[in-house]
Amino acid sequence: MGTEYLIDAKGLHKHFKKVRAVDGVDFSLAKGEYVALLGPNGAGKTTLVEMIEGIRTPDAGEILVRGRSLNEDKSALYGILGISFQETRFLEKITVLETIRLFASFYKQPDEKIGKVIHLVGLEDKKDAYTKNLSGGQRQRLALGISLLNDPEILILDEPTTGLDPSARREIWDILLKLKNKMGTSLILTTHYMEEATQLCDRIIIMDKGRFLAEGSLSSLVGRMKMPDVAFFTVEGKIPDDQVIRQSDLVIEWDREKGRGKCEMKNVATDMPLLFAFLEENNLRLIDFEHTKPSLDDVFLSMTGRRLSEETE
Amino acid sequence: MKMKRNELWQLIIIHFKELLREPGVLFWGIGFPILMAWGLGIAFTGDKETKKDIAIVNFGEENKLSLFLRDHAAMDNHGRYILTINDQVFGRNLFRFEPLDSLDATLGVKRGIYQLMIDDKGDSAVFHLDPANPEARLLQLQIATLIGERHEDDTFSGANIIPLEVKGTRYIDFLVPGLIAMNIMMACMWGMSWTIIERRKGNMLRRMMVTPVHRQNILLGLMTARITMNFVEAALLILFAWLYFGIQIQGSLAALIMVFVAGNIAFTGIAIITSSRTSNTEVGNGIINFVNMPMMILSGVFFSYHNFPEWSIPFIQNLPLTLLADSMRSIINEGAGVAAVLDKTLIMSIIGVVTFGLGLKMFKWY
Ligand SMILES: Nc1ncnc2c1ncn2[C@@H]1O[C@H](COP(=O)(O)OP(=O)(O)O)[C@@H](O)[C@H]1O
Ligand SMILES: [Mg+2]
Repeated sequence: MGTEYLIDAKGLHKHFKKVRAVDGVDFSLAKGEYVALLGPNGAGKTTLVEMIEGIRTPDAGEILVRGRSLNEDKSALYGILGISFQETRFLEKITVLETIRLFASFYKQPDEKIGKVIHLVGLEDKKDAYTKNLSGGQRQRLALGISLLNDPEILILDEPTTGLDPSARREIWDILLKLKNKMGTSLILTTHYMEEATQLCDRIIIMDKGRFLAEGSLSSLVGRMKMPDVAFFTVEGKIPDDQVIRQSDLVIEWDREKGRGKCEMKNVATDMPLLFAFLEENNLRLIDFEHTKPSLDDVFLSMTGRRLSEETE
Repeated sequence: MKMKRNELWQLIIIHFKELLREPGVLFWGIGFPILMAWGLGIAFTGDKETKKDIAIVNFGEENKLSLFLRDHAAMDNHGRYILTINDQVFGRNLFRFEPLDSLDATLGVKRGIYQLMIDDKGDSAVFHLDPANPEARLLQLQIATLIGERHEDDTFSGANIIPLEVKGTRYIDFLVPGLIAMNIMMACMWGMSWTIIERRKGNMLRRMMVTPVHRQNILLGLMTARITMNFVEAALLILFAWLYFGIQIQGSLAALIMVFVAGNIAFTGIAIITSSRTSNTEVGNGIINFVNMPMMILSGVFFSYHNFPEWSIPFIQNLPLTLLADSMRSIINEGAGVAAVLDKTLIMSIIGVVTFGLGLKMFKWY
C-alpha cells in the first residue's frame, strides 16, 4: 500500500452545468496532518470537501478513506469524521446543551462527553442559551464542539472562521492547535484567510477555479515563487545619486525627501550585509528598519493576478 | 454515571421542546381551532339581530308593497323603511327597504349591498335576485311570506319553520369534525413538511446525516412528536366542543381513533412526499399551499361540498381531507361504528403508505 494516507483522492471532477467547480484534483491527507485549502470564494473548496464527506458524488475520480471507498460503509465513515459545514442553522429554540446532547446520542456517547466538549469549546456560560441567541463565534464553536463529539480522526472544517472578528477567530485557532498537540487529529480546513492557513496548517493548498495552483508549506510556496523579501528603511545623511549597490544587482528605490528607501532581496543572507555595507560607506545612519517576507497573498497575486480576498483584515 | 441516550428518544423530545417553546405553534394548533369553533358556532347558532338591506324600485302611492311599508314600517333618517320582526326561531330581524331608482338599485346589487331588489309594480312585486345565492332566496321567501302573513303584534308566524334541534344537525356539529380534520392536515403539512424543508435549507438535516444516526429515526422522531401533538389538539377541541356546545361522540370511540390514525397516516405520507426534494422555503410554501388550498375549498370543512357540480362529487369525496372529515362526521354525528368507516380508513391508509413510500424514494437527505 505504500504511504498510509487517511484520505487519498484521485482525479476528482465536479461540474455544475457550465461551472467546473472541481476540475481534476488529487488530494491526500496523512495522519496528524493539518491541511489548508486556501482560495477565494467560488474556488471549489466547499465542493471538494463535500465530495470527501460523501455528501456530493464526484462526476469522475475516486476517494478512499483509510483505503476503503466512501460508499462502502457510510456509518463507519461518519464514526471517524468530524464535520462542520460552512453554515449550519441549528434548531433555534433548542439550547446548546440540548443540541450537543442530541448529537451525542447519535454517536452513542455518554453524558460525560457532553460536558467535556462544552468545556473544550468554552461554551460553559452559554450551555443553556438557545442557539438562535449565540454570536457568530459561539455558533461556530458549537458546530466545532459537535464535530468533536466522536474524537474524530479526521476533522473537516469548511470556513470555520469566516466573518468572525479576530478574537473569535483566535479562540477557534487555539482549540484547533490544542487538538493537534493532544489528540493527533488530522484536519482539512478551507479558508480564505492566509493568516489562518499559515498559523494552523503544515501544508497549504492554493486553490482557484477548481484546480490546485500550488501546494506545500508556506516557506516552500514562497520559495517556489522566487518572491523577494523586502527591506524598508529610513536614514539620515546625504543620499548618494548612485542607486545600484556595487558588486550586486541590488537596487534601492529612494524617497529622497523623506529619507526612505526600499530594497528587494532575493537572497537575504548575502544581500542584507551588502545593503548595510552600502549604507555605512555613504555615512547614512539608520533610523528605522523593517524586513518583510512575502505573504501568501503576494504569492496568490503573482499566480493569478488577483488578491485572495477583498475581505481579509 | 455512564448514561448513553437513545437517539430516537432524543429526536422526539427535541421536537417536543421545539413545539412547546414556540407560542405560535400552540396558538395555531390549539387556540385557533377552538376560537374558530367558538366564533363560527356562535355566529350560526346564537340569538342575534340580523339586518337585511333590500332595494325597492318604483316605490309609489298605489303599489301594494309600498302601501304596506307605509302602514307598517318606520322610516329612518336615511329615508329607509325599517320593518322589525321578532321571531321565536330566528331572533330579531331588521328588514331595511331603501327606495331607489333602478340604476342605483342595480349598482347596489352589483356591489353586494343588496341581495334582493324588488320592483314594486302595482299588484305584484317582482323579485330580482341571483337564484344561485341561497341567502337571497331565503330573503325572498321571508319577504313574500311577510307581506302576506304578518301579524298585528309584530311577530311572525313560525308555524311552518321548525328549528333543527336534533343532535348532530346543528352547524356546530357539522363544523367541529371538519375543524379536527383540517387541523390534522395543517399540522402535518406545516409541522412536518415545512420543518423538513427548513432543516434541509439550514443544513441541519445533512448535519445530522453526517453522523452515524439511523436516518429513519430522523423522520420517525418528527412524526411521533407531531402526531402526538395532533392527538392532543384534537382531544382538546373535542373537549371544548363538548363542554361549550354539548357535542357528543355518538358513534364508536374505537372507530374515531382508527380514523384519526388513518388520517394522520395519509397526511404524513403527503407531507413526506411534498418535502422530499426542495430546500427552498418559498418553493416549499408554494407546494404546501398547492396541496392544502384545493382541499380547504373543496372538502367541505366549513360548508357542504354538495353545492359543487354533480360530476365533481365523487372526486371530492375521495380527497384525503374529505375522507377524514366525512368519516369523523359520520362517527361523531351519525353514530357510525368501525364497519361504516372501514372503506374510508383503508383509502386514507393507502394514500398515506403510497405517498410515504414514493417520498422516501425521492427524499433528498443531504
Ligand atoms: N449546487 C450548485 N449548483 C450550481 N453551481 C454550484 C453549486 N455549488 C457550487 N456551485 C458553483 O461551483 C463553484 C465552486 O463553489 P464552491 O465549492 O462553493 O466554492 P468555495 O467553497 O471555494 O467558495 C462556484 O462557482 C459555485 O457557484
Ligand atoms: Mg465554500
